[in-house]
Order: sequence, then C-alpha cells, then structure tokens
Amino acid sequence: MAKQRMKFTFEQQLIKEPLIWKLAKEFSVVTNIRRADVTEDRGWVVLELEGELEEIERSLQWMQDHGVRVDPVPGDIVEG
Amino acid sequence: MSYANKLRCKECGRSYPLEPMHVCEFCFGPLEVFYDYEAIKDVISHERIASGPPTMWRYADLLPCDPKRVVDIGTGFTPLIRAGNLARKLGLKHLYIKNDCQNPTWSFKDRVVSVATSVAKEFEFDTLACASTGNLANSVSAHAARAGLKAIVFIPANLEQGKVIGSAIYSPTLVAVDGSYDDVNRLCSELGDRYPWAFVNINIRPYYAEGSKTLAYEVCEQLGWRTPDRCVVPLASGSLFTKIYKGFKEFAWLGLVDWRATRMNGAQALGCSPIVEAWDKGTLDVRPQKPDTIAKSLAIGNPADGYNALKVMKETGGGATAVTDPEVIDGMKLLAETEGIFAETAGGVVISGLRRMVESGEIDPDEVVVAFITGAGLKTREVVAPELDPALSITPSLAAFEEALLEREGALPAGRNG
Repeated sequence: MAKQRMKFTFEQQLIKEPLIWKLAKEFSVVTNIRRADVTEDRGWVVLELEGELEEIERSLQWMQDHGVRVDPVPGDIVEG
Repeated sequence: MSYANKLRCKECGRSYPLEPMHVCEFCFGPLEVFYDYEAIKDVISHERIASGPPTMWRYADLLPCDPKRVVDIGTGFTPLIRAGNLARKLGLKHLYIKNDCQNPTWSFKDRVVSVATSVAKEFEFDTLACASTGNLANSVSAHAARAGLKAIVFIPANLEQGKVIGSAIYSPTLVAVDGSYDDVNRLCSELGDRYPWAFVNINIRPYYAEGSKTLAYEVCEQLGWRTPDRCVVPLASGSLFTKIYKGFKEFAWLGLVDWRATRMNGAQALGCSPIVEAWDKGTLDVRPQKPDTIAKSLAIGNPADGYNALKVMKETGGGATAVTDPEVIDGMKLLAETEGIFAETAGGVVISGLRRMVESGEIDPDEVVVAFITGAGLKTREVVAPELDPALSITPSLAAFEEALLEREGALPAGRNG
C-alpha cells in the first residue's frame, strides 16, 4: 500500500460537486482530509490518499480530468 | 553542536524532533527549524561574528548544522555595494545592491544548498537530489562533489545546453524528464517518498531554507549593524523573502541590531506572478499559475511559501510588484550600465520592480534600500544577447575605425594632439 499527500484546488464551478466522495466510490483509495479552505469562489483541500500506487495515480488523473488542479503538498518542487 | 532544537509546524505549532521531514504529520503544514535562542543570546556578539570566517558560516550559531562539519565551498559574505549611479537614475539617495552573483556557483542557492548538504551528511544520507532548471542544479552538483555524496539531478528534457553544463561538469547523475512542468513536479514528489535521498527542497527543506537567512545577517553587518528601511527581493517560492525577514527579526531579538521595521517588497515577472496577483487582490490565497516568462529562475507557478510571503508584506507595510519581460531585460541592462553588475533575469525583475516602486511613490527617496541580486548574468545571457549593440566590425586601419565610430557615436573623441 502507498500513501500520497496532495493538494486539490477547486475552481468556483466545482465547489458544489462532491468530487472527493465520488473519487472514493470510483477507486479503491482511502481519502483523509487534513486541512481545507473553501470560499465563495474557490476551495482547496490538503489530504492523504492511501491505496495501491497505480490506483492512486488513476484517481489523481480522474480528478484532473474533472477540472481539479492537483499539486504536491510542498508546492512546486522544480526550482530555478 | 547546533543550537537548533526542534522542528515546528508553521500552521498548527506542533513540534517534532530534528529529523529529515518537511510536513507536519497532523495537518501537513510546512515545518520550520526552531532554535534555543536563550542559549544563542548568551554567546553571540558582534565580535564573535566578526572573528568568524569570511563566508556565510560566520553565522553558524544561527544555522541548523554542526559548525565543525559544514560543507563549505566558500559561499556568502558577498559584497554589499553602495549603488550611487543607479540610485541617481532611480531617484533614490541610499541604495545598496547585495551582489549574490559572487557565490561559488554564481547564485544565492549556494547558501541553502550548503546548509542542506551539511545536514544531509549529519543525517548520513549518501545521495543529494533536486529538480531544477538551473541555479539549484548547479549548486547541488557542486556541493555533492565537495561532500563526496552522490548527486541525482532532475532537469526538464528541453533545458538549454548551456544550463546543463553548469551542473554536468561536477558529474552528477543528470536525468532529463520529458514531460510538462506539472508532470516533473509530481514525479519528484513521488521520488522523494520512494527513495532514501536527501532531496534538498523536499525532506531537507526546513533546514535548506534556513540558509537564506544569512543574506539578512550579512546586510545588517555590512550596513554597520543595522537593518535597512526597505528590501526588494525576487519572489519565486517565497522562501527567500520570508527567511530574509526572519533573519532581521532574529538579529533584533538577539540584540545584534536595533529593531527597525524593515519594509519587505517582492518582485515577480508578470508571466509568473501568483504572489503579486494575490497581493493586488488583497488576499492571502495564492492561485497557481502556468509560468510563461524569460525569468526562469523565478518561474514557480505554485509557490510553497506564497502565503507566508504575503503575510510578511502585510506585517511590514511592504508590497509586491510584477514587471513585463521587456522590463526584465531593461532592468538587467540598467544594472549593468550603471553599476557594472551583470545579473541574470531575476536581477532584472528586482531592478525594474524597484523602479516601479520608486515611480509610484511607494518607496521614499530618503529610505535605505537594499536590492537583492541573486544570480549572475552569464546564466541567462541568451535573453539579453539580441538586445545588445553588436561589435563594430572594421578592417585593421585607423580610417576604418574612425568611420565606424563616427557612424555609431556621431562624433569622434579628441585625439592626443587635439
């Protein structure tokens, strides 16, 4: 089993969609929210995903395909 | 022995022992090194610092490393230059340039990597790793060579050859990743979890970032043990910006300088300006951007410390400004033509950002201002090359020379015989 810590950023039109619940139904991945902030026009969630690595990767791709921005928790790692 | 005594979460305040970790296990917030400041206060003094080596390690008491085991390639204590010519051009009276082009691999990254490499040795890692488009890769490769560590450096597949050489000469394992910027980020995050490497800006990040504080310490010492009124700093992840401010606060708390509220201003290139955008909107919520600018060393679309940088701006009465790519080149040329300093694009961002801040009245002409120049111009020469006057091409005769000069300058200088 693998664990990944990710940050999901939702634009306004996605805020009302229960996408994290859908992700857990669609894939064999356990989601564990640690921090979040949702405003009128935007939301972000920092969470841990636990499951087989390939399944986690498929779930992250699915999230991106739904218009969610997916980033590593520490922000960008590639530096100048 | 180091005076660092714990890691502390910037979000929830939980403490952790000094280990190679970077996020809080509870809230996944970023961790920061904390020190036994009372013990430091008992020993530190102007004299103790001044008797140290002429490098960043003269401030070893305030860094998270055993001072007897540091990996030093001669980083820091770079010149602070009184920039009279540039000051006059901009309408300032007291402008200084902190010239960090003069580090061993020609950028400020040597400061953070020197700390990261020292800590990696203390934690008994055998491999130093990073993902970079330039300066960081150069510095990690050089420090690993000096430390006798293996280096593994991830670079984008389309990186210019000139930038690859600055790392390849030190013989790291260079891995060119064929993928988007986001793909490379994701891969590195996974690699950081999978392999027991000291990934300088992942698991060693809390220690690594502390190296930037030495810029603040040096500025204070070089100004005669005082803080400046204003700093103008390039913004990428925001880490450098927040650590310079932390350095001023530490020096003041330790009684090494009088507390003076230094205003902290940041500058970004418009093509990658998520922190400036948040500042202009009056929010602490940084929206990631897709970078599209010639200032590649600042091209971080999702800045790890953007939130904290914005808090520092707010707390100090500072601000943030973005400049266009043509302004970046203008800034590079202006610095070179007035002060003889050839900076990379990040320096152009700072100088043009400073000019905007002065023109808008945000900076008072009487302030003591320090502009931080963080990398040398030869690293990004391809962006300015088309903007520079070509050499005069002549045949080897006096007449040809004078004809060409007359055409370029409009007049000839007076000769020896009048």
